[in-house]
Amino acid sequence: MGQITLSQVTKRFGDVEVIPPLDLQIDDGEFVVFVGPSGCGKSTLLRLIAGLEDVTSGEIRIDGTEATDLPPARRRLAMVFQSYALYPHMSVRKNIAFPMKMAKVPEDEQNRRIEAAAKALNLGDYLDRKPGQLSGGQRQRVAIGRAIVREPAAFLFDEPLSNLDAALRVGMRLEISELHERLATTMIYVTHDQVEAMTMADKIVVLRAGHIEQVGSPLELYRAPRNLFVAGFIGSPRMNFIEGAEAGAHGAHTIGIRPEHIEVSDGPGRWQGRIAVSEHLGSDTFFHVHDTGLADVITVRASGEVGLRHGDTVALTPRADQIHRFGADGLRL
Amino acid sequence: MSRAVKPQRKALNTVLAWGMGLLIFFPILWTVLTSFKTEAEAIADPPIWFNFSWTLENYFTVQERSNYFRHFWNSVVISVGSTLIGLIIAVPAAWAMAFVPGKRTKDVLMWMLSTKMLPPVGVLVPLYLIFRDLGLLDTRIGLVFVLTMINLPIIIWMLYTYFREIPVDILEAARMDGAGLRDEVVHVLLPMAVPGMASTVLLNIILAWNEAFWTLNLTAAKAAPLTAFIASYSSPEGLFYAKLSAASTMAIAPILIMGWFSQKQLVRGLTFGAVK
Repeated sequence: MGQITLSQVTKRFGDVEVIPPLDLQIDDGEFVVFVGPSGCGKSTLLRLIAGLEDVTSGEIRIDGTEATDLPPARRRLAMVFQSYALYPHMSVRKNIAFPMKMAKVPEDEQNRRIEAAAKALNLGDYLDRKPGQLSGGQRQRVAIGRAIVREPAAFLFDEPLSNLDAALRVGMRLEISELHERLATTMIYVTHDQVEAMTMADKIVVLRAGHIEQVGSPLELYRAPRNLFVAGFIGSPRMNFIEGAEAGAHGAHTIGIRPEHIEVSDGPGRWQGRIAVSEHLGSDTFFHVHDTGLADVITVRASGEVGLRHGDTVALTPRADQIHRFGADGLRL
Repeated sequence: MSRAVKPQRKALNTVLAWGMGLLIFFPILWTVLTSFKTEAEAIADPPIWFNFSWTLENYFTVQERSNYFRHFWNSVVISVGSTLIGLIIAVPAAWAMAFVPGKRTKDVLMWMLSTKMLPPVGVLVPLYLIFRDLGLLDTRIGLVFVLTMINLPIIIWMLYTYFREIPVDILEAARMDGAGLRDEVVHVLLPMAVPGMASTVLLNIILAWNEAFWTLNLTAAKAAPLTAFIASYSSPEGLFYAKLSAASTMAIAPILIMGWFSQKQLVRGLTFGAVK
């Protein structure tokens, strides 16, 4: 079990309100990602759930039990840190055994779980090494192993992949997703990387300045962002925003259109512009189009084979069914 | 561009360094040499360097007259005891200041250090009277207590510095892993702070071993450590340089040997955090 409920939770550091009153329900077995720009309070929120920070007011319940004032050790949660936070003076085996030692798990049961975790995480050959002798990816696996053996109610991940290089990050992302499939335990994952959020989450919580901007599945957020902030934050490259007459024609203050929903051609089209920068990624090409009279720059995605270049005049045609309309208050219409 | 050092310059530096080293070491060397001389040779003018009749007689006399081992044992009890008790008080104090600092933590640290600036003689009379009334004069417990208090600021400061170097993530990980405060300190913090703890212990044993003001003023016979043992040879019956030297050599030898074997640890601990 691993159902976590936050009701009216707030956090202040001195006079600064980091988390204004916030409600959130996380269901058992869900993979929830907290995402937002740096300083949005996502890590603080995770630490409040973990018990590493005290809430200023409000209530946290874990599996229906009041946990607001429980010390972290008694919340049955396991955490994986960005810095791995392994015990440098202990071997990998002892690192993984530590939470079981604290929980007074019998020795043979400890060994059984260590072997199982080592097998699942490919750590079998490293059990007697010290963390200092491992690579970043291996260290993060040890940290995950240490979390698994506790059989916690939920896993908390605090930007666990930020210190890894790009290739390793993709691999670990898959490993964590597989782990979730296999264990079906609640996972809360904090990241500023929206690719991680989109690919891993069952449910994404988008935060800004401690406020929840929107909660939903990745595709819900992609298809129907509730406001301009979410629209701009989810999706890469980010959504184009157009104000003024063009927006007015759609009965909105601002319209948003994603780069992948604009047709680009050298023939006639709805909008005209000049290619300022083209980025060829092989599979895709991104054009940054200037002089459209709509916005400073309109980003469009085309297939990798399109033969347009810097300086070319192009026609842009948005897909009518993919135009997002926002009111003057920034909310979706 | 590498900074090339000319051979002549290098030789000069070497000579200078050796010169400085010998200058600093000379008093100790002279004391040790004198301890093997007769009293007459010890005060000979011009001084005799090496060609005297080497004798161990001073050592026998000193041991016979004033029981070296009793003083030695007192020194051990006082220095080790005060350091251990100091650690027991300092670990929680340094933990609190390093990991849950409050608004006034820096002030408390400075205040503790400021007590080291007080001239000890300023509190000699009150402390002497308190000791007299509590029956602590000339007891090892009394000295352990005083030396603990005197060195506590240094122990706390050193541990505080070492603890600050330990990433708080690791302690939080321990908390998440189900460790209570005691487990967190015993299984995670202290093992990680071992190098710093070791140099703290060594330095404090040395400081307590060498402490002379309080040990001389608060002891008479029973609890007198090696400092008193040396002082008893600068007696009014006239100076006996050879015996005084023998007593000094015997008093400093243990700590010198300990320092010699642990100097690597000591230097590492004292420069910990300075180089990263």
